[in-house]
Amino acid sequence: MAAQKISAKPKLAVWKFSSCDGCQLSLLGCEDELLAVADRVEFAYFLEATRAQIKGPYDISLVEGSITTAEEEERIHKIRRQSKVLITIGACATAGGIQALKNFADVDEFIRTVYAHPEFIKTLQKSTAIADHVKVDMELRGCPIDKKQLLEVLGAYLIGRKPNLPDQSQCMECKLAGTVCVMVAKGQACLGPVTHAGCGNLCPSFDRGCYGCFGPKELPNTSALAARLGELGLDDKQRRDLFRTFNTAAAPFMKESLNYD
Amino acid sequence: MGKEGDRVQAAAASVAVIAASEGLDALLKLLQRGGYRTIGPKVRDGAVVLEDVSRADELPLGLIDDQQPGAYRLSQAKTPAYFDFTHGSQSWKRYLFPPKEKLWSAQKTNKGFEVQHDVDAPKYAFIGVRACELNAIAIQDKVFIEGDHVNTSYRERREKALIVALNCRRAGGTCFCASMNAGPKVERGYDLALTELTGKNGHSFLIEAGSEQGEKILAKLDARPATPADLKAAAKAVDQAAQSMGREMPKSARKILSKNLESAHWQDVAKRCLDCANCTLVCPTCFCNTTTDSTSLDGQNAERWRQWDSCFTLDFSYIHGGAIRREGSQRYRQWITHKLASWHEQFGVSGCVGCGRCITWCPVGIDITAEVRALAKGK
Repeated sequence: MAAQKISAKPKLAVWKFSSCDGCQLSLLGCEDELLAVADRVEFAYFLEATRAQIKGPYDISLVEGSITTAEEEERIHKIRRQSKVLITIGACATAGGIQALKNFADVDEFIRTVYAHPEFIKTLQKSTAIADHVKVDMELRGCPIDKKQLLEVLGAYLIGRKPNLPDQSQCMECKLAGTVCVMVAKGQACLGPVTHAGCGNLCPSFDRGCYGCFGPKELPNTSALAARLGELGLDDKQRRDLFRTFNTAAAPFMKESLNYD
Repeated sequence: MGKEGDRVQAAAASVAVIAASEGLDALLKLLQRGGYRTIGPKVRDGAVVLEDVSRADELPLGLIDDQQPGAYRLSQAKTPAYFDFTHGSQSWKRYLFPPKEKLWSAQKTNKGFEVQHDVDAPKYAFIGVRACELNAIAIQDKVFIEGDHVNTSYRERREKALIVALNCRRAGGTCFCASMNAGPKVERGYDLALTELTGKNGHSFLIEAGSEQGEKILAKLDARPATPADLKAAAKAVDQAAQSMGREMPKSARKILSKNLESAHWQDVAKRCLDCANCTLVCPTCFCNTTTDSTSLDGQNAERWRQWDSCFTLDFSYIHGGAIRREGSQRYRQWITHKLASWHEQFGVSGCVGCGRCITWCPVGIDITAEVRALAKGK
C-alpha cells in the first residue's frame, strides 16, 4: 500500500548548473510548506536536501544555474530528455546570471589574471540561459526566486491548472501593496518600471530602488527609463551598471547597458 | 454652560466652527465611539498616505507638497495647517475597492466542496476627502453599483462609509480639478465638510453637515456658530485653491481625442511611456480588475481573488490567439481615450476628475493635459 502511494507521487528533481545554490535553497526555505510539498512530490534528485538519488525519468525538473562549460552544455540535454516538465529557476537559469558579465569581457584575460594555473580552467566564452540550449516549459525569475512563486508553480502543477505568474511591472506590486514610489517621492534610481513582478516589491518597501533581480518585464521600455534616470542625475556608467547585474544577459537589459558602455 | 445654546444653534444652521486640534480630536473620538474605523492622511516614506488615524496629532500638520510631473516632495509650510498638502498617490479607492480582495474560498468535503463567501466591509469614516475624490467616488459608484452588474462588496463598504470631506485651500502643481468641474469646492456626497481656517482669529475648522448623519454628529461637537466672517474666509480659501491650479485640461478634450485616433502623436507618447501601469493604479476612477485562482498544495482549498489590473499590461487585452494591443501606442491611446472620451458614452461623465495623480506618479512624468494639447495641435 505504502509503496503504491509513493509511486503515485510525481517525481521532482532539482538540478544545479553554474549558480550559487540560492534558488534551490528557496525550496528548502519554504519551511512551513516544505512538509506539504514533500507529502505531494517525491524528491527524486535534490542534493541540497537528500543524498538519495532515484533514476529518471522525472515528472518535474527544476533547473538552477547557467551554462558556462562544455560539460554543462551536454548535461542539460540529458536532463531535458529525462524530464516531462522542465522549469528554470532564477536569473542564472533564465538569463545567464551575474556570471554573464563575462559575456562583455575577454574571458581568457580573466582566467590568466585570476588563476595561478589557468591551464586547469576550461570554460565557455559566454554564460548562457538554459533556454538557449533546450526547450524550457516555464521560467521562474529572480535572484533568488520568490518562494511564493515556486509554491504557486508546484501547486498549479499538482492540481493541473495554469500558474499565476504575471509578466507585468514591479510597479504594479508596489501600488497594490501601497508602497510609496521611491523614484517619484525621493528621486531614487529604480528599475521597477521595466522589471518583471514577482518578488513582492521587496526593495522599494525597504526604501530602496528596484535592482531588477527579476529581469525584464514584458515589452520593457528601457530607453525611456534610462533617459529619466539621466534626468535624476545618473551618469552613463551608473546607468550601464544598473542594467548590468543579475540579468545582464537578458536581451533588453543587455541592449540598454550597451547604450551607455 | 453657555456652549449648550451655541451648539443647538450650530446644529440648526448645519454650519459651525470647531477648534482645530481639539475639534478634530473630538470628531475622531466621536466617530470611533460610533464604531467607525477612521482613515485619514498620514506621512509615511516621504509621502502622504491614507491609513488608520486615531488622533489629530497623527495628521501631517504643517506639511505641504510640491507636485510636478514625475516628482513629489513634502516640505514645511509657513503656516501650520492640517490639510494644506493636496494628496498623495493613494486615493480612497484603496478602501472602497481594495487592491486585492478574496471573493470566495472552497473547501473539499466528503460530498464535494463547500463554498464560503466572506465580505470584508468595515465601517469606514474617511477624514479629508477632497472634491476631486468625492467626484471619483461618485464615478466608481456608477461603475460598481449603478450598472447592471453590482459589485456587492463595494456596495456594502460604500453604504457603510461616512465621509468627512475637505475644501482645498491650495492646489498642487499637477492639480486641474477646476477645469474638470470637479473641485476644489466640495458640492455633494459628503456627511460633513471641513474648511481649515488659519489667521488672526486662530486655527479652526468651518464644519458643514451634508447629510442627516452629519447633522447628528455636528450636534454632538463642541462648536460655535459660524459668523459671516468665517464663511467669507472659507470661501476665500477655496477660491485661492481654484486660482492656483497647477494645470488645466482643454475643455474639448473628448472631441480632440475622438478626432485623433490615428494621430502620429501616439508613437511619440509610446517612446516615453514605460507601460508600467502606475497612472491607472493611482487613478481614483480606474476600476479594471482581474480575478485569479489559487489552490493549496494539498488540493483541499481553492480561493478566488479579485485584484487591480491595468490596460497597460499585455494580459489585459489577451484573447484567443494573443494580446490585441501589442504596441505601447495602442495601450496609451486606450487608456486616455477611455478616460476622457468613451467614458462619457459608457457612464455619462468623464472618467477624469483632475486630481493629477497620473502626472505626478508617472515615473517619467507624462502629463495627460499636455498630451491632449499636443494631440490637438496634431503633433
